[in-house]
Amino acid sequence: MPYKETFDNQRDELSLFRSRAFIAGLFVFLALLGIIIRLTILQINHYDHYTALSKENYQKHIPIPPVRGQIYDRNGILLADNHIEYVLEVTKDKVLDLDDELIRVNKLIPMSPQSIKKFRQKLRVNSRFLPVVLRPGLTDKEIATFAVHQSRFPGFKINVRMERRYPLAEVAGHLIGYVGRIDKRDLKNIDKKEYNGSTHIGKSGIEKFYETRLHGKSGFKTVEVDAHGKPQVVLKQKSPIAGEDLFLSIDLKLQLKAEELLQARDSNGAVVAIDPRNGEVLAMASVPMYDPNLFVNGISYKNYNRLRNNPSRPLYNRALQGTYPPGSTIKPMAALAGLDERTVTTGRSVFGRGFFQIPGVRHRYRCWKKRGHGHVSLQRGIFQSCDVYFYDLAYRMGIKKFSKSLARFGFGSKTGIDLPHERSGIMPSSEWKKKRFNQNWYPGDTVNIGIGQGYWTVTPLQLAHAVGTVAMKGMRMRPRVLRAVRSSRNLPAELIPHEQLPTIAVRNTRYWDEVIRAMVHVVHGPGGTARRSGAGAKYRFGGKTGTAQVFSVAQNKSYNASRLAKKLHDHSLFVAFAPPENPIIALAIIVENAGGGSKVAAPLARKLLDAFFLKPDPKKEAEEKAAAEAEALKIKQALDKKAARKLKKSRKSKKRRKKRRKKKRKVKRNG
Amino acid sequence: MDRSVGFFSTVFRLLSRLDLVLLTALLILLSLGALTLYSASGQNIVMMNRHLVHLAIAAVLMLLTSQISSTLLNRISIWVYLVGVILLVLVILQGTMGKGAQRWLEFGSLRFQPSEIMKLAVPMMVASYFSNKILPPSFKDIIVATALVAIPMLLIVKQPDLGTALLVGSAGFFVIYFAGIAWKWLFAVFISALIAAPLLFFYGMHDYQRQRVLTLLDPTLDPLGAGYHIIQSTIAIGSGGVYGKGWANGDQSRLDFLPERHTDFIFAVFGEEFGLLGNILLLTIYLFIIWRGLQLSIKGQDTFARLLGGSLSMTFFVYLFVNTGMVSGILPVVGVPLPLVSYGGTSMITLMTAFGLLMGMRKRKNGYGSMLR
Repeated sequence: MPYKETFDNQRDELSLFRSRAFIAGLFVFLALLGIIIRLTILQINHYDHYTALSKENYQKHIPIPPVRGQIYDRNGILLADNHIEYVLEVTKDKVLDLDDELIRVNKLIPMSPQSIKKFRQKLRVNSRFLPVVLRPGLTDKEIATFAVHQSRFPGFKINVRMERRYPLAEVAGHLIGYVGRIDKRDLKNIDKKEYNGSTHIGKSGIEKFYETRLHGKSGFKTVEVDAHGKPQVVLKQKSPIAGEDLFLSIDLKLQLKAEELLQARDSNGAVVAIDPRNGEVLAMASVPMYDPNLFVNGISYKNYNRLRNNPSRPLYNRALQGTYPPGSTIKPMAALAGLDERTVTTGRSVFGRGFFQIPGVRHRYRCWKKRGHGHVSLQRGIFQSCDVYFYDLAYRMGIKKFSKSLARFGFGSKTGIDLPHERSGIMPSSEWKKKRFNQNWYPGDTVNIGIGQGYWTVTPLQLAHAVGTVAMKGMRMRPRVLRAVRSSRNLPAELIPHEQLPTIAVRNTRYWDEVIRAMVHVVHGPGGTARRSGAGAKYRFGGKTGTAQVFSVAQNKSYNASRLAKKLHDHSLFVAFAPPENPIIALAIIVENAGGGSKVAAPLARKLLDAFFLKPDPKKEAEEKAAAEAEALKIKQALDKKAARKLKKSRKSKKRRKKRRKKKRKVKRNG
Repeated sequence: MDRSVGFFSTVFRLLSRLDLVLLTALLILLSLGALTLYSASGQNIVMMNRHLVHLAIAAVLMLLTSQISSTLLNRISIWVYLVGVILLVLVILQGTMGKGAQRWLEFGSLRFQPSEIMKLAVPMMVASYFSNKILPPSFKDIIVATALVAIPMLLIVKQPDLGTALLVGSAGFFVIYFAGIAWKWLFAVFISALIAAPLLFFYGMHDYQRQRVLTLLDPTLDPLGAGYHIIQSTIAIGSGGVYGKGWANGDQSRLDFLPERHTDFIFAVFGEEFGLLGNILLLTIYLFIIWRGLQLSIKGQDTFARLLGGSLSMTFFVYLFVNTGMVSGILPVVGVPLPLVSYGGTSMITLMTAFGLLMGMRKRKNGYGSMLR
């Protein structure tokens, strides 16, 4: 029965299909349920994770670097500021044909072949996505010319950058320091978040010490970007807080004078002047000097080597890093220690035969005056700088007491001035010698220490501080360079509080008067070693000469400068304070290898004090300030002129060379 | 009687072949799709206009194909299939003649993808083959049917177009499944597929295909290359949360982080903007359409109608599953669009035609028969 078969078959087929369709439907349902489970995991369980990822995708934080604070002297004369510079930058990734475009850009903005060569080197080293400066210092005209043709140069862009500038160039260069590009070593010490947008950081001097104040607080901008990194809208913005302006305690006029005086001598040296009442540093000069502007955008290898290999070491700040034997300059302090320790009295005198011998030892410790001073009291010991008196004093006092007593003036330890890289010098003691040389202390060592020789070394800063302490009769103020801070141009500057160090207490304050009297005698009294420097002064001051031996002269010979290499000549030192009754300035001067203290350093001190005291009228402060400003401007102009002349010279020589070449060619052709 | 019928009556006859329930579901899906596309295209009016043109063409084709009776379709199946295979061979030849991998033929200005025809032609052919056999099929019939599926499928793999090959293959497979292949055979096929998979992976795949599988297992292997798609689409969906970021407000798609967001990855845009709730709604609509498709196949005019209808419904599901699985990161990236939502005329037309055929082949107790018999 074919019909029935087909019919049955059809019915079976239908039910087969039905069941298969049901199973298929069930399968579809389960599969889609699986997808929903997956979606639930994504959208509920991992919602936070993916939301964060999505935000990370489209939100970019662009740091906005703060403007660096400026640096002024105590009278508001600018020492460091930020200069707006326009630069032409190239992002390699966006450039189509670099060679062709460089040639075309060169027609709009002339560049030297060397600078292009340098640029290519930089380009090779840098990431292709980061802009590289092709040409710094664009003029307004060049900016305008390029802007017109901007569309023809994808990847080329004019950018503004703030550049640190030191308008006075090397003036107070050691003190102010400089900024430089942030390097790997800096990255270890800074909060990277704060420096995201910054390129420079203080590397030395005030710039380094007060980096946090000067830098300010970085701001940021959160922008929405698309997948190609193109910013769409600003979502959030926090403005940066500019760095604080610093007012240093430096008196630029005095600083300039100090530098001028040292440079005029054509020797290396340092001057530190402090206001002993509060520790403010009025001047801090170190010669030779260098121009901190060289470091701002990375010093060239050639320039750096020149500074580095200079035997005079211009990079190093002699005022706080140079350690010298103090020589006789410490005799007033030694005398005070002697009085306080009852080793000497004002009345007792010592007979100076021209040399000192330790009982039972043949070695002669010679006085600078071969004939000897005869009977020497404490007063004479100081104002005539009798070595024998102080050999005797130190010998009888013993190194333990001597060292301990003089350490109270701050010798052998850092003053804690607000500048980096200060050195502590050495206040020798028997423990120190044991540690340093693993040798015992000999009485002979003590004798040398008595006149500021031997192992004893000090920095000019320590010396100035110690003299200031004498002037203030034991009151010690921590030396400071920062005087006031201004957080905004609209706000008044706030003074930084002064810091007092432990006062030197003596048994009888009369001792101070005794020492001060002797120091005044040095410059104003008959027989004073620096009387020539004190003659005719319209103000009174106290001082002490010092001549520090670099080279020890053999027992049977005498010092003869003309036979010694300049490097081995004596250092010339002088310390001073003024006025004696009511001191407002204390200073220390050292001129390296210049000879005796009274011949070189003392006259310098006189000139410096003249510059400090002989003001036209205290009421005409404003006028004086203007004058100082004009002076600064002149210096700047002079420097600019110098630079201009240099440029001209180089151009001229180029032209000459070109002409010569042309001539040669002509000659060749003619030949 | 026929002659007295006017224009409106003709239109009514045409429309009456459509299934209102399925049509409504499709319309809801299409509107949701258009809405999503508007956002995904970045509110591109030109693209929307083209999408509407595609829709119009597809709707007309659906209306026309709904008039074809199962008998007529059964008769022409073999010819469609043969023409399709010949065109596929032509594509391959054209490729070997120096134009490199290519998926289409050009007739003047008209570009034409023969593999697209095979999505319909293969199930038609296999259903046609089974239509005069006793079911469940014999072993010999299954072998023949498999061959009928395998030939065009391999030709498409050769192009290479893995996505289409997968869809064509599954269309053929579902016919065999609905014909009633014994479960043990299905199981055997499943096992051998498991064994074949690694072999296929190492010997039968192009590098880029292998890469896709590898990056699926760990998208971070290649975060800016092949993994980028998956990473960005999972970020889009995941950051959508339960309620979504709101229409036209998806950060991932709006800011161009999501690649191919108006075509294959449009599901990620939907998930980002409408959240889990939107996803559940969308998948429910799809589920309903597939369910209705299967229901209509049961009502098919004959065996051919049932087999073809069932296969087309399930192919629609494969589209959906492969796409959503890929976008949500559980299947490899295979070029399969989200059916009826992704931008693209070809798949839209094929799918709507398939639904037209499905509706047209069902039995109706009362009412008009098919116009094309």
